[in-house]
Amino acid sequence: MYIFKLAILTLFLSVTSAQAEVPLPSISKGQGDSCVRATDDMRYNHMDYIQHHRDETMYRGIRTEQDSLKQCVTCHAVKDDDGGYINATDKRHFCSSCHSYASVKIDCFQCHTDTPRSTDIHEPLAQGQ
Amino acid sequence: MSEKEQVNLTRRNLLGGTAAAMAGLTIAPGIILVETAQAKPKDQPVTDAVRWGILININNCADDCTGCVDACQEENGWGKGSSDESKSRPDQKAQWIRKVKVTDRETGHAKTLPMMCQHCESPPCVDVCPTGASYKRIDGIVLVDKHICIGCRYCMMACPYKARSFIHETLTDQRSYAPRGQGTVESCTMCVHRVDDDQQPACVEACSSTFNSAMIFGDLNDPESKISKELARHGGVRIRADLGLNPGVRYQGIYG
Repeated sequence: MYIFKLAILTLFLSVTSAQAEVPLPSISKGQGDSCVRATDDMRYNHMDYIQHHRDETMYRGIRTEQDSLKQCVTCHAVKDDDGGYINATDKRHFCSSCHSYASVKIDCFQCHTDTPRSTDIHEPLAQGQ
Repeated sequence: MSEKEQVNLTRRNLLGGTAAAMAGLTIAPGIILVETAQAKPKDQPVTDAVRWGILININNCADDCTGCVDACQEENGWGKGSSDESKSRPDQKAQWIRKVKVTDRETGHAKTLPMMCQHCESPPCVDVCPTGASYKRIDGIVLVDKHICIGCRYCMMACPYKARSFIHETLTDQRSYAPRGQGTVESCTMCVHRVDDDQQPACVEACSSTFNSAMIFGDLNDPESKISKELARHGGVRIRADLGLNPGVRYQGIYG
């Protein structure tokens, strides 16, 4: 009888814990056929690549597109139904979708922009204002 | 030296001479293509072969003109170029570049001049920074690594030019090439993103293309650059030269 009660309790607990699980994030697809590196590599190591490139850019002036945060934001931009870019405060944002699931805070967007914008290209100045 | 080496040397001299001639190529009256010899591939690091500087002739700087300030705000997304800092007082808000009025007390002669980070050779902001966030790039541009800036503002106190500002508010919608964030110090970057892309800083471009052509940007190390030639010919003043900081920004039209 005791074993039977334990089995019922275990079954009950497993059902409730399955129901309480956080749903897997729905990750939007970026532009183009593939990322600049293999997806599984990027999942594990993207922060290191970005950080390495950050120092290369800041201190040495190397401004290649691979591994640059600006390029990540551009390729992985997500638009809402109205056609506007979604900010990182929204879970539909490419970065936020996983980071909110994993409960890892993103510090990048305290300073860096989280969406591409038309003013990033030097249009006004190129035309001589 | 073999004959082949001599030939190569001659070729190199010829190419060098052509590049030097290209450096000041005049496209049309008033528009001069400068610094074409400085082209740097995107994947190559900057070197100490160049030292960037700006020469400002304040006699050409109109008192009521704020072209350089407006261009900087639009380019780097501060002041009128941003929708942020609504809660800050005017003296708390970002000031990467500002117009300053200087008056000779004896004669009463007054002129305005643009004042920004002077990109010192020996920057006091770098000396005092406790985290190493304040740094001078190898080509002479003084910057803040905001990733390690703790916002202590020692650099703001150390700077004799009052060139730096502190961001008090949460910002959004920054320019992708000019990240700015709450709790960090910032200042003129000499438009480092544009310089790396072989362009001139936004202030210099705005001044030369639209307004009074009071500013020249270029390589102080290159005796053939326009800025070096102008400095050799007419001289230039370092503001607070007594401090021995050797700023990269020089002025003409102010004395002692």
